[in-house]
Amino acid sequence: MEDMMYELLFFLEVLFSGLLTGTLYSLVALGFVLIFKASGVFNFAQGAMMLFAALSLVGFQEMLGVHWTIAFVLTVALMVVVAWCIEKFVLGKLVNQEGIILFMATIGITFFLDGFGQTIWGSDIKTLDIGLPTGSIDLGGIFVDRLELVAGLTAAALVVSLAIFFNKTKIGRALRAVADDHQAAMSVGISLRTIWIIVWSVAGVVGLVAGIMWGSKLGVQFSLTLLALKALPVLMLGGFTSIPGAIIGGLIIGAGEKLAEIYIGPFVGGAIENWFAYMLAMAFLLVRPQGLFGEKIIERV
Amino acid sequence: MFYREAGQFKSSYKEDQAIFPILQDRVGIAAILLFAYIAIPFVMSDYLIGAIMTPFLILALAAIGLNILTGYAGQISLGTGAFMAVGAFSAYKFATFSIMLGGAEATLPLVVTILLAGVVTAIVGIMFGIPSLRIKGFYLAVATLAAQFFIEWLLVKVGWFTNYSPSGVITAPPLVILGFEFNTPAEKYLFTLTFVAAMALLAKNLVRSHIGRGWMAIRDMDIAAEIIGFRPLQTKLSAFAVSSFFCGVAGALWAFVHLGTVEPEAFGINRSFAILFMVIIGGMGSILGSFIGAAFITLLPIFLNNVPPLIGWNIGVDMIAHLEFMIFGVLIIFFLIVEPHGLARLWTIGKEKLRSWPFPY
Amino acid sequence: MSLKKFVLGVVGAAVLAAPFTTAAPAMAEDTLYLPKLVYRTGPFAPGGIPTANGAADYWAMINERDGGVGGARVIHEECEFGYNTDRGVECYERTKGNHNGALIYQPYSTGVTYALADRTRTDKIPLMTMGYGRADAGIGTAFPWVFPLMTNYWGQGTGIMKYIAKQEGGLDSVKDKTIALVYLDIAYGKESLPIFRTMSEKFGFKLKEYPVTFPGIEQKATWLQVRRARPDYIVMWGWGAMNASAIKEAANIRFDMSKFIGNWWAGAEQDTIPAGAAAEGYKSATFANAGFDYPVIKDIMKHVYKGDADAASEKNIGQVLYNRSVLTQVFIHAGILKAQEKFGVKAINGEQLRWGLENIKMDAAMNEKMGIGGMGPEISPTCADHVGGGGFFIQQWKDGKFEVVSDVLTPMDDLVLPAMQEAADKYLKDKGLEPVSCN
Repeated sequence: MEDMMYELLFFLEVLFSGLLTGTLYSLVALGFVLIFKASGVFNFAQGAMMLFAALSLVGFQEMLGVHWTIAFVLTVALMVVVAWCIEKFVLGKLVNQEGIILFMATIGITFFLDGFGQTIWGSDIKTLDIGLPTGSIDLGGIFVDRLELVAGLTAAALVVSLAIFFNKTKIGRALRAVADDHQAAMSVGISLRTIWIIVWSVAGVVGLVAGIMWGSKLGVQFSLTLLALKALPVLMLGGFTSIPGAIIGGLIIGAGEKLAEIYIGPFVGGAIENWFAYMLAMAFLLVRPQGLFGEKIIERV
Repeated sequence: MFYREAGQFKSSYKEDQAIFPILQDRVGIAAILLFAYIAIPFVMSDYLIGAIMTPFLILALAAIGLNILTGYAGQISLGTGAFMAVGAFSAYKFATFSIMLGGAEATLPLVVTILLAGVVTAIVGIMFGIPSLRIKGFYLAVATLAAQFFIEWLLVKVGWFTNYSPSGVITAPPLVILGFEFNTPAEKYLFTLTFVAAMALLAKNLVRSHIGRGWMAIRDMDIAAEIIGFRPLQTKLSAFAVSSFFCGVAGALWAFVHLGTVEPEAFGINRSFAILFMVIIGGMGSILGSFIGAAFITLLPIFLNNVPPLIGWNIGVDMIAHLEFMIFGVLIIFFLIVEPHGLARLWTIGKEKLRSWPFPY
Repeated sequence: MSLKKFVLGVVGAAVLAAPFTTAAPAMAEDTLYLPKLVYRTGPFAPGGIPTANGAADYWAMINERDGGVGGARVIHEECEFGYNTDRGVECYERTKGNHNGALIYQPYSTGVTYALADRTRTDKIPLMTMGYGRADAGIGTAFPWVFPLMTNYWGQGTGIMKYIAKQEGGLDSVKDKTIALVYLDIAYGKESLPIFRTMSEKFGFKLKEYPVTFPGIEQKATWLQVRRARPDYIVMWGWGAMNASAIKEAANIRFDMSKFIGNWWAGAEQDTIPAGAAAEGYKSATFANAGFDYPVIKDIMKHVYKGDADAASEKNIGQVLYNRSVLTQVFIHAGILKAQEKFGVKAINGEQLRWGLENIKMDAAMNEKMGIGGMGPEISPTCADHVGGGGFFIQQWKDGKFEVVSDVLTPMDDLVLPAMQEAADKYLKDKGLEPVSCN
């Protein structure tokens, strides 16, 4: 009886920490969604932007010796500049190209940002400490990682504020108009350029927040870019164009991969998390090829 | 003037359907092959042959494979690395499979081993191609990552694939054909070149056949292609099969000819990405583009890395590497802006220019 | 116009081709060429930077202090490969012929080590893989050009086991214990499995295996399982970003850190500092002790940094990986001296260095002479035995630095050697090679 109780608790703990990890994936996936929604670009550089933002935050803190909030503001400003440059020198020159060409262009951006970030801030591992809590709390036998709890709350707050931004502000409405139809949006006087700069800036800030969460966990280092690979199944499952999809997708992937690793893994040799997340997302796609919340693809001849 | 086909008459269907119907192309290809077979092994240093040309050719072969799938059939795949791994590991399994023949141990001939590895990869490719019937575009690209991670995991997990090697690595047998051992970089290069040239020609021929036209129809609009009578199932899966065959052979060559001893990580996710980059930069739907793309992605970074020390600019290797990344990124964007349809398109445009040059009127 | 374009084209092509040609060697003085494949960029740069700095500083110090080795100036040249196997091979091919030929390579990368095993055999250049690479490479007759020169992964596994046994009061007391092996799920991490399985059978402890998906940045599932299994000890085979993450997760499940032991690639400042307070008490293996109290480190401080401690600490001086790299260079240094003595030439070649390395006797006196007394173990390799005895220590992270907390630990040779021989024989059979003679 006690064993069963323990197993049940353990199951709950796995589920809960899977969900929390999932929100951390969602944070990374959110950046992808924002950009894909507004400009139809599959932004391979999201991982690099996340690393660059986190590196800059730590760099500003160290270099200027300022409080992290000031460094945060400086980094946000920097990400806006990056967004402006991307629009000016890359996307602006590739208007109306096919998706895969734009995707390749973001790969160019990735290489550039990786090289540029390391040139300025170095390739060494950096400790990011903005006073986020560490360790775990004991909830009647269930250990919960404090940092992940904060990350989950941050992700929730971010989604709520993005939702308000998209639905209630003028810029947000313009963004949605652009996402629906570029031509129509332009003809009612919305500047595509401004919108793109705003979207890339917001994606940069989302990347910064994700970078802070993951950086506090792992230290700021090049490996952070690899997190983009963890966000892809989330993206696929939730649909490339849906913000709630990124969150729900993250929760499903996070919980799914942890449960699979613990309850299926031991029978097949373990370490199945990576491919299981993709397989799970693929299974969903076979039912809904546009992702859970993606817009329905209508094909005409 | 140099590229005018006026005066070259075709008097039979056979001539009209030749792979290279224009004389200049035939001369050009012959010259390139002559150069590749005779000049390069004699003139170039071992470094250029062993560390630059051989890997370049193998990756170009993989890029041709992916180009068939992505450029001709329109199915984006990020599982190329895994398919190469399947090729490498199955080639190893075939090579170490021996039968007792009248008391003597007999193993499969090397060429058969490599081609069989391609066949195994084709079968695996078909299996992972099935979701493409339902999933499209970037969703499919992400779905093929499932193949990438699953296969990598499987090769690490199942000891049988490595003949229970404790380190999980495979060691390629010596390259022997009919008693001749390919040992020096030049010999290995010629071995690779023969494979790559033959298969590139095969690919060139295949894409203008009925099958190839089917792929292109599916790429341009699959519903329309279905309506005019191409079956999506056969067409898409045949693209996956042929593409994987090429990647499998490339993987086997990578393990046997280039590296010698490999671990599954040699075919990781970065390899898949790199090969997709080659296809996009080189030109989708172009065999020539696969070669140009492979050259761009593999040779350019090495070139950039070599420049600063050569011009006596002493800035430390890390700085050089960072510069290499930045310049490489900028060049990718630059070429996309100049010619979004790939570098091969530049050659097509150049050909048009040459046709009338120097008398444009 | 057309001619101009043509000329420009030719010049352009020449400029493009120029970097691919290797520079002609300048023959003037006796030199020793030691190229070093490094990764100061990319995902593994945190580990690559200190190892690269250690080697660069050591040879700079030798040139400065002694004017080279035995009168021959050392040319130390780095080639960046970003932990990318293809680029590592390219670096090798690019540098191997420079300055009258490379003497030795030390890639600090498992993938590159595998890829170079065949090439160094053909080119007759030793390959130093101190503390990594294939475990069977210690068999000198099968791998004449590879020098692990230190207990390998299997030896390390058995040594760590000895340490655990000592903590528990003898090998008999581990019988009913549970040991969790957390390893990175790639070729490198898997290498720990066979030896731990063998030991588990032999000593009767319960082994729990926990593979961590590469690159190991997210390990929640692994540590949930570890928590449920409640092991008495955790042994970790990690590398790169995985280590710091694992240390934090172990702290989160409130595991006794003094019973958490990493292997020697999971025990550097780059792993513990990012983990912050969580790392306090964490243990790991090491074969080169951290710190500044060794003559060789003091000499580097004096000759390279002119006593500027800030500049030196920025270059990782005194850290675990830095000192490990220095120690490796000292062994190479000793090998060069030995070869110079035997062959009577200053500018030795790779083949002569192989002989030198097979004949070094790094006993206490020699270690003292080379300035590494107390920093590393004593080794004496031979032609057939490219391990040469050796041992390692267990260090513990206390108050922001590593302290050695054990005596020298040596491998259980009765378990390790037969397994090595078996794997080496299989390699020779796969390759169709004959073992080299050592007589």
